[in-house]
Amino acid sequence: MDKKIGVYLCSGCGIGDALDMEKLAKVARSEYKVPSCQVHPYLCGAEGLALIRKDMEEQGVNALVIGACSPRVKTEAFAFDAKMVFDRVNLREHVAWCHKPKDEDTQMLAEDYLRMGIVKAQKAEPLEPVAEEVSKTILVVGGGVAGITAALESAAAGYEVVLVEKQAQLGGFVASLRQGYPQAPPYVGLTPEGMAEKIQEVLYHPKIKVYTSARIKETSGQPGMFDVTLEAGGTDVKTRVGAIVMATGWKPYDPSKLAHLGYGLSPDVITNVEFERMAAEGPVKRPSDGRPAESVLFIQCAGSRDKDHLPYCSSVCCMATLKQAALIHERNADAKVFVVYKDMRTPGQYERFYRQVQDHPLTFMTKGEVQAVEAGPKGGLKVSVNNTLLGEEVAIAADLVVLAAGMVPNAADGEAIRALEDAKIKAVKGDTENQRAEAAKKAEELKAHEGTEILNLTYRQGPDLPALRYGFPDSHFVCFPYETRRTAIYATGCVRAPMDASHAREDAAGAAMKAIQSVELASVGQAVHPRAGDMSFPSFALQRCTQCKRCTEECPFGTLDEDEKGTPKPNPYRCRRCGICMGACPERIISFKNYSVDMIATMIKAVEVPPEEDEKPRVLVFMCENDAYPALDIAGLNRVQYDPNVRVIPLRCLGSMNIVWIADALSGGVDGVMLVGCKYGDDYQCHFVRGSELANRRLENVKETLQRLQLESERIEVHQLAINEYGKLPGMIDSFMDKIREMGPNPYKGF
Amino acid sequence: MERMEGTLNGKPVLVIGGGMAGMTAALEAAEAGCSVVLVEKSPFLGGRVARTHQYFPKLCPPLCGLEINFKRIKNNARITVLTQAQVTEISGTPGDYKATVRVSPRFVTDACTLCGACAEACPAERSDDFNYGLSKTRAAYLPHVMAFPARYAIDRAACKDGCTACRDACVYGAVNLDEKPETRTVEAAAVVAASGWAPYDAAKIDNLGFGRFANVVTNVLMERLAAPGGPTAGKILRPSDSKAPAAVAFVQCAGSREENHLPYCSAVCCSASLKQATYVRALYPEAKISMFYIDIRTPGRLEDFYQKAAADTGVALIKGKVAKVEEDPATKDLLVTAEDVQSGRKVTERVSLLVLATGIVPQTDGLPKGFNLDEFGFVANVEGKAGLYGAGCVRRPEEVSATVQDATGAALKALQCVVRSAHHG
Repeated sequence: MDKKIGVYLCSGCGIGDALDMEKLAKVARSEYKVPSCQVHPYLCGAEGLALIRKDMEEQGVNALVIGACSPRVKTEAFAFDAKMVFDRVNLREHVAWCHKPKDEDTQMLAEDYLRMGIVKAQKAEPLEPVAEEVSKTILVVGGGVAGITAALESAAAGYEVVLVEKQAQLGGFVASLRQGYPQAPPYVGLTPEGMAEKIQEVLYHPKIKVYTSARIKETSGQPGMFDVTLEAGGTDVKTRVGAIVMATGWKPYDPSKLAHLGYGLSPDVITNVEFERMAAEGPVKRPSDGRPAESVLFIQCAGSRDKDHLPYCSSVCCMATLKQAALIHERNADAKVFVVYKDMRTPGQYERFYRQVQDHPLTFMTKGEVQAVEAGPKGGLKVSVNNTLLGEEVAIAADLVVLAAGMVPNAADGEAIRALEDAKIKAVKGDTENQRAEAAKKAEELKAHEGTEILNLTYRQGPDLPALRYGFPDSHFVCFPYETRRTAIYATGCVRAPMDASHAREDAAGAAMKAIQSVELASVGQAVHPRAGDMSFPSFALQRCTQCKRCTEECPFGTLDEDEKGTPKPNPYRCRRCGICMGACPERIISFKNYSVDMIATMIKAVEVPPEEDEKPRVLVFMCENDAYPALDIAGLNRVQYDPNVRVIPLRCLGSMNIVWIADALSGGVDGVMLVGCKYGDDYQCHFVRGSELANRRLENVKETLQRLQLESERIEVHQLAINEYGKLPGMIDSFMDKIREMGPNPYKGF
Repeated sequence: MERMEGTLNGKPVLVIGGGMAGMTAALEAAEAGCSVVLVEKSPFLGGRVARTHQYFPKLCPPLCGLEINFKRIKNNARITVLTQAQVTEISGTPGDYKATVRVSPRFVTDACTLCGACAEACPAERSDDFNYGLSKTRAAYLPHVMAFPARYAIDRAACKDGCTACRDACVYGAVNLDEKPETRTVEAAAVVAASGWAPYDAAKIDNLGFGRFANVVTNVLMERLAAPGGPTAGKILRPSDSKAPAAVAFVQCAGSREENHLPYCSAVCCSASLKQATYVRALYPEAKISMFYIDIRTPGRLEDFYQKAAADTGVALIKGKVAKVEEDPATKDLLVTAEDVQSGRKVTERVSLLVLATGIVPQTDGLPKGFNLDEFGFVANVEGKAGLYGAGCVRRPEEVSATVQDATGAALKALQCVVRSAHHG
């Protein structure tokens, strides 16, 4: 079907007061000879919209360029067919509201934006979503409290579930507990965890297929079509699933590392997990001689909140200790219980149970630091504590010392495993001795990751989720805690963050929801968060690929695999549509139907560069459309003025910036280029994790281009901007323009 | 981006509250195929997080995540947003509820283009509740720069009698001063209560001086003082004289963990105060911070944030309860007396600004009957009881990511009801 472009310009909201609309329309009519161009004073009103629809129906207009307000507003009014070619030219927030009305420069700005919009529409193609047959089965890995909950909750929503557990029994740690602490009103007294019933429910659920004593040998494919090979009871089982919930739980911190707290000194120093085992079996006693423990001392944060051990707080140990104290008193009301803590952490309604336990006359609690655990008189133990609330060092005699040891995630760091494999190969096949030695050293450093695989993904970037910190594959996003770097694979429960059973249940329901959502979106060929609903996907002109592997390495989501030669193998369902691969590709072979290197290059060419004597510099600003672009909208809303010689090009992510654009712009006479992306580093704000950082890194290569062109490197600036820094953005633009004026015009003007 | 259309069979999900929890529940359900009616009592979505300057531990702006969520809503035709609306009654059974929703007039229709002519023409002022009354807006106002729905509103209570200046100024006919409250009936398969929280009324804590001394503020107010869109344009100036503070003290558990006030722990105040300490230190590197606490509660990886803040030599953490706050009438400085329980000494500190880490009170006043409440007033989800769910801070004091997690789980519970209602209905 031939493309027929219609351009619709709104003169409302001050746009008509700032611009000569007829002159603007002439750009569309004369320069680009678009089949239809109309100006309306209230385009988002019923009459304006009817005008557009009429053209679509009567003239066959099938590609729209709307020159009006920001694309961030009036989205619903201008929502036509989602698949058609469509662009919004921001004449209001980015032109009329922030530049001098009826001014030559303002008019030129608007005309350039319109040119960019029209050529973009010329280059774009209607979307054809890839909707293949997908599996909506949810694979749950791990049969503890989180996994069981994820399985039951998914099944209750009508989805088939495959549950894989490595042990012979379901239930995990929580099933081994005799009793739990109160996690629901009235938040007092000990309560059963109820795991036995849940296990039965899972085992007999018609929608849940359970494999115990099982592991995953291989997971290949992509969301909606993961092909999983399980090894269960000695045989291989192949199954196809749509999404994966990883609920592999935790293991206790290795107590042999806690010798400084007395572990190993005496059988009467045990961990909280060992205490649970003892309490489940019978009375609380001294393992050394089997005599009842008349006094028990708990050491909190045993290994946690300790930079030499686990730097994080294990979150559950305070409540677990209080429960164990209650268990002791339930059986022996005369036992003395001591708790030595750093801070008691009983958030929310849990405070109630803390009070209850604390109120027992034989519970003694103090903030303090344990100095030593030693053998005491009569076979007991002596614990020395200082910095207590009593102000002096105290020695407490105890029959039993319980170390509240922390949680370590049962996770595998996919990136580290991949790096280990690479290093091992390079240690043998490296080009120079030095390289081989370096690689061998790296392999040694990463040795701990050997054989830790869980999901065994066949992904180029490694067989498991990448770890974020301390081994947790937790999301880094405050607002989006389920964001992972592997589409449709969601970590939940204690593998994601230390949490108790109650939180693990809630977390697992959320993870199941995300898994369901990802298969539903895959079934209609749409992207998941943060571009949920996006139907575009990248295509690769592979005949021109040089196997440089930049795309396969840089994709933050492990979308692309590689063949032996290093040619990318796309997996569109893993794709998040950020365009980082497109920015990475030096051959410009990656493009979306509505977003491509060629499209933006054409937009850049569409900018009119006035000759040097006009003294009108031109600066391009590539902006992240998620944060910087809205910030500039807000500057417009606040009617803050800035230099009209800039031309803003929004990008899906700054990481999709291809440096060829910069070279094109500068060789075409543009005087400077500004990049504004999200903050990066440990506290990155980039919605695509690494986009802004990658863009910054790519700029290193631009310096060569600049040298070749003999241009000052100051003609390019890169900024990190948070969305709430809208007050700073106009000033940033103006001061860059000042610098450009000082440097003088780009000598390539007019070439 | 494309708009999501088409829905699962079955009735919609009704979500009460348009803050982080409610928005999340609505979006997660809608992106899985449910149709959703999202009811918010104020004129804009975003609730408390929209008023927050930065999140801990990343010190990133909530507006960033809100922008994404607003975009998700704009692109999703399955979500109907009703602002200035309250659910007054729910009847029926799981899978088949009828809710009565009372929608108050905004006096500005969706024809509004955000041009701002109404506010420019408006002669009346109102106290800006978005800034907790620390600033003023016109009676025709945009709640804040990133308000969603992106539409002005008119506070009729603040208008001058008979004034029609806003209507006369609007060339798009978007002002309708004759708008009347209306009542709608919404059918729903499930209801998620995500009505959020309110800060505990600090004036009830006699010894801490809030309401009596100008420079005693609450933690929620502190967020507005630090925000670029706030009453001091992000400068953190003390209320009595708009001067930069030389010393700031934080009182933790102001109302929380106290039988006479809030017997529970509000869970977020430790991290929030540590975060606010970083606001002050970043703006005023000379300013001294003291923080009086009972226990520092920073679970999980938030421990890193605590350690980083505590490593700052300008921040003193004192384990002890504040007994008394007095004001120096000459300087309006505050004298804070507490017992440092670790040294056993009584300490008195002079500070220029005192921040009360007031706790989280569940907002259940506006909720219709039918939800189970615990003894503290939080909505309690009862295992095995389908249909009505609480999510977010109305259920338990919790930080943003836990709220989102909780709301995502609640969305699944709601989805299950939708699926069941489709099968039976």
